[in-house]
Amino acid sequence: MEFFERFAIPNPSLAIYISMVAIALTMVAIVAGLTYFKKWGYLWREWLTTVDHKRIGIMYLLSALIMLFRGGVDAIMLRAQLAVPDNKLLDPQHYNEVFSTHGVIMVMFMAMPFIFAFMNFVVPLQIGARDVAFPRLNALSFWLFFFGAMLFNISFVIGGSPDAGWTSYFPLAGNEFSPSVGTNYYMLAIQISGIGTLMTGINMITTIFKMRAPGMTLMKMPMFTWATLVTNLIIVTVFPVITVALAMGTFDRLFGTHFFATSNGGMDMLWANLFWVWGHPEVYILILPAFGIYSEIISTFSGRNLYGYKSMVASMVIISALSCMVWAHHFFTMGQGAVANSFFSITTMAIAVPTGVKIFNWLFTLWKGKIRFTVPMLYSVGFIPLFVIGGVTGVMLAMSAADYQYHNTMFLVAHFHNTIIPGVVFAMLAGLTYYWPKMFGFMLNERIGKWSFWLLSIGFCLAFFPMYITGLDGQARRMYTYSEATGYGPLNMLSFIGAGVMAISFALIVYNVYYSIRYSPRNIGADPWDARSLEWATHTPIPEYNFAIEPHVASSQAFWDAKKKGHELFPGKLEKIHMPNNSGVPFIMGAIFFVWGFSMVFSLWIPAILSILAIFACMALRSFERDHGRYISVKEIEETETKLRGVN
Amino acid sequence: MSELFPRKQIMGFVFSLILTAAALTVYFLNMSFAKGMVVLLVTAFVQALLQLVVFMHAGETNDKWVIYGKVAFMMAIALITVFGTLLIFLWDM
Ligand code: HEM
Ligand SMILES: [Cu+2]
Repeated sequence: MEFFERFAIPNPSLAIYISMVAIALTMVAIVAGLTYFKKWGYLWREWLTTVDHKRIGIMYLLSALIMLFRGGVDAIMLRAQLAVPDNKLLDPQHYNEVFSTHGVIMVMFMAMPFIFAFMNFVVPLQIGARDVAFPRLNALSFWLFFFGAMLFNISFVIGGSPDAGWTSYFPLAGNEFSPSVGTNYYMLAIQISGIGTLMTGINMITTIFKMRAPGMTLMKMPMFTWATLVTNLIIVTVFPVITVALAMGTFDRLFGTHFFATSNGGMDMLWANLFWVWGHPEVYILILPAFGIYSEIISTFSGRNLYGYKSMVASMVIISALSCMVWAHHFFTMGQGAVANSFFSITTMAIAVPTGVKIFNWLFTLWKGKIRFTVPMLYSVGFIPLFVIGGVTGVMLAMSAADYQYHNTMFLVAHFHNTIIPGVVFAMLAGLTYYWPKMFGFMLNERIGKWSFWLLSIGFCLAFFPMYITGLDGQARRMYTYSEATGYGPLNMLSFIGAGVMAISFALIVYNVYYSIRYSPRNIGADPWDARSLEWATHTPIPEYNFAIEPHVASSQAFWDAKKKGHELFPGKLEKIHMPNNSGVPFIMGAIFFVWGFSMVFSLWIPAILSILAIFACMALRSFERDHGRYISVKEIEETETKLRGVN
Repeated sequence: MSELFPRKQIMGFVFSLILTAAALTVYFLNMSFAKGMVVLLVTAFVQALLQLVVFMHAGETNDKWVIYGKVAFMMAIALITVFGTLLIFLWDM
């Protein structure tokens, strides 16, 4: 009996039982649907075993959207709980679990896959390559992310969710204060998907350095590719830190070590240190690809070359280095002295400089441009003023003396949502709308899209600006309620209303997808936005080999040159094309990692050891397997090309 | 014949064994903590570079500056992290 008790949730409630039933029903429905429509084979052949960067990108995208809704529901629950003083909607334990889950899901399992979706889908096209450098590794990255996310998501129905915040500070996250398995889930789920992320980092760097089309020197790469390159350099630099920190945390919780304990020579503050050595660069890992997407969109819809290309690149490189030197600004109040704090204050403020350079470059690109206010452009233009507010409050927080006042209040919460929502989420939605036609062959409806943009922006301001005020008045973050006498009530109600407006906006985006699937015209050609870089130079739908003939490039906007200046993009002639084979091993390995993670969470050593062995068996299999890929013959390419040209 | 003889690799192998032996002395000789750490750090970094250059072919393609550049960047960041942490927890706590 005791054995089974571990799997029960510590604080069950009606909502959780309902979720259990809902999850079970959804799973039954999926299995039944796949069987009824005889789609198992299709799913396996075309998606689960695919190594095609475009399909992997689309799978990342779908996962990110699903996680956006999971995290969004959490957010609504949090705001509902705080909407009125002394609310009893959630008890403190549930509140803790919900905000911890919300943070982890939004950062690790929503924003990260969202940026990987665009990196995977766009970068090989933008540099004129046929796939990424290591296509099978890429599939493995995706499945590790996916199963890591699934492991994290089952926590709330089996064993209980983590409740020590998305930062999971020790000693709170240690066994003594967090006895449930929730924090084990945190450690292992992030570990598994983090390994996938690290592999993506290596993969993307190699792809960009090794597989660019002839003529594309580094300084002729489109801006999104540059952003991807710099981002992945940061990933490879800092992800090992979180890998090690999580491993140490896991050891503390499962094997009784004392790395982060307060006794026996352990040091709890070291967790906070290591977490932020990774954590601050992580926020730049999220924002740089977003900057890349904005650069593409703003230059396309201003009908102009991106202003200050070189300074854009330089500022990203400077940001990548600086972002690794500022981590202590997350714990100015931990007890170190003024020298350390001043150092980290100054480095932190310095980051605002290259960021400002980028803002001015976008403004100068808009200046005298022929601006078209499409939905992606609206998001990009909305981003500029809103993000600046986030940056300015960031600089306020960066003053260590003042931070004693702001730290861990709602002011901080307002700051980072103010950077992440207009920065990252807007970019993701802009990119989604912008690349949607390339991915699926039709456009999203512009009218509904504009409605959702305005609702999201207004909802965002309503939801987060009040927090600046309540934060300065002293409302602490992560407190499940407050008394009426504090006077925080009305502003928190306003926040709740704002969150509701944002929820309506997201619902509208879903409706837009449905509406556009039904009513959008399909004959939109390959370049519906009149864009400038190579990803628009191939057909829609994109053939699996991307480009029949390798493109030749002479500037950072090769496609524009080809359209307007008579640049010859495809000078060669057709040759047979070498492509990688599909493989089921990445999916299977991901699944085994899931079993491993689950067994570790519950200290089930035998299945844990067996799954480790199975993982090594998969790797050995790969080493001894002979797989030289396959060729697509010229005849086959010709057939595909004429068919696709017929569509346009 | 001499082109076929993997001189570089053999030398690299011998040198990496020497480095390992040097690191082992920390265990066998009775050194102070500080001295031991210095020996370990130095041998570890030289060893890593050796492996990278000789056995992982870092310098053999014409884009080697990319590899070396990345290694240098990583080392710089690692050092900043270590010294930053020392600043926070030892020198200014
Ligand atoms: C001008 C640029 C920025 C500066 C100067 C800055 C400064 C800061 C400072 C000093 C803190 C810690 C405050 C405290 O804990 O009391 C902080 C927290 C945070 N910032 Fe920023 N920031 C900037 C940009 C960004 C961007 C671009 C993002 C994300 C895309 C971001 C995300 C975050 C997050 C997630 C936290 C809080 C995490 C937590 O404690 O849970 N910041 N920022
Ligand atoms: Cu930070």
